[in-house]
Amino acid sequence: MELFLQQLPVVIGALNTGFIQTLKLFTVTLLGAFPLGLLIAFGSISKIKIISITTKFLIWVIRGTPLMIQLLIFYYFPGLVFQNPIWGGGEQGRFLAASLAFVVNYSCYFSEIYRGGIQSVPVGQQEAGLVLGMTKRQIFFHVTLLQMIKRIVPPISNEIITLVKDTALARIIALQEIIWAGQAFMKGSYGISGAIWPLFFTAFYYLIFNGIVTVMLAAFEKKLEYFR
Amino acid sequence: MAILDVKNIRKKFGNTEVLKGINFSLEEGNVLSIIGSSGSGKTTLLRCLNFLETPDEGQIIVKGETLFDASEPPNKKSQREKLIRQKRLHFGLVFQSFNLFPQYTALENVMLAPKLTAKEKNTYEAEKANIENRAKELFSQIGLSDRMNNYPHQLSGGQQQRVAIARALILQPDILCFDEPTSALDPELTGEVLKVIKKLSERNMTMIIVTHEMEFARDVSSRVIFMDNGEVCEQGDPRELFSNPKHERTKQFLSRYFVQSSN
Repeated sequence: MELFLQQLPVVIGALNTGFIQTLKLFTVTLLGAFPLGLLIAFGSISKIKIISITTKFLIWVIRGTPLMIQLLIFYYFPGLVFQNPIWGGGEQGRFLAASLAFVVNYSCYFSEIYRGGIQSVPVGQQEAGLVLGMTKRQIFFHVTLLQMIKRIVPPISNEIITLVKDTALARIIALQEIIWAGQAFMKGSYGISGAIWPLFFTAFYYLIFNGIVTVMLAAFEKKLEYFR
Repeated sequence: MAILDVKNIRKKFGNTEVLKGINFSLEEGNVLSIIGSSGSGKTTLLRCLNFLETPDEGQIIVKGETLFDASEPPNKKSQREKLIRQKRLHFGLVFQSFNLFPQYTALENVMLAPKLTAKEKNTYEAEKANIENRAKELFSQIGLSDRMNNYPHQLSGGQQQRVAIARALILQPDILCFDEPTSALDPELTGEVLKVIKKLSERNMTMIIVTHEMEFARDVSSRVIFMDNGEVCEQGDPRELFSNPKHERTKQFLSRYFVQSSN
């Protein structure tokens, strides 16, 4: 017990540092994937064949392969194939590579959700905008967008909650996220070895984090209830 | 001079010819009703006038200006879109299913299009009060001043359709088109919408009304077209056409409506 109390602050400190990395990756992924996903969605519904086919191919590849492999490839490919390790070796380089892989991966999933959302808005809404002399751009931003967002909150919530946990995959390229930090105590980090209990603590971090995310998303969904 | 001349409009969807050369003209301040069974091409005709469909052949001329001529070579696409935007504002369209924007209040629905136009021209600040006053004036015309701040789902179908009419009117179209404006409404709500349309006709609004409300068409219009199978089968003065149809198809069609309501 005394040992535990001694170790606790050290463990919590390390977990907090790891959690900040997790949180950073989570935030960057969302900030990147929300807009990029929309761009990809436009690509996949484009009337220009070459654009829609290329986009659908990209979505197929990214959704069809494990995120873990994508992480490895994004990180190691430039260095091993072109002898040009553009990411650098440090934590910052790993974070950059991981962010990019996550943004691309989640954009593709988001894009399909967006596409479904856009296509589920009745075509009459667009036509009403057209006969009122609105441009396609105005129609999208002032008519379609909010209706689409309302429809996609539940499926996007699912993805966001999955993302919280998927950030753990970045460990594969040694990004020091929270599980990496917890696991380190089994291997003798800060003079602590063979301790598995810090890993339980990491689970607790995820649980709390996802609890907060869930509450926020539910509040957002409620906010959009003012129209039907 | 006629405010609208429609010449030889043809439209095909795949191999089906939906409009087989439609010709008519409309005088300013007149009301034209288009009747006919479902699938006769009435809605497609309205959609052509509003540039939601592009006719394969024919011309649309408003106030002497040729808005559409199928024989003209299509310009570059971006130009065309810009031009179409300008041209379609000669027409307003009220849909069967209202198509109000659900995320905006009734007032916001009516103000949205003029607001966006003003913003494009960077004159919104100056015009804001004017747009709002015009919108409010329209709400009093349609008798919904007390419901302006409601969202569409809080309004009845009839109220929604009246808001949709105001939304079209605020752009001051030369010709206002109605595509079966009361078909989605139960009989009780139909009356309030028809009353608004009738009031517009008394103010000499030029209108084209596609409708299944035969009595209303007879009472309100200056001219009636009976369409059948993509063609204008018969047209004329409403009293004349309803009481004394010449064409066999017109007789057949009208008999279904006036048998029940004659007593």
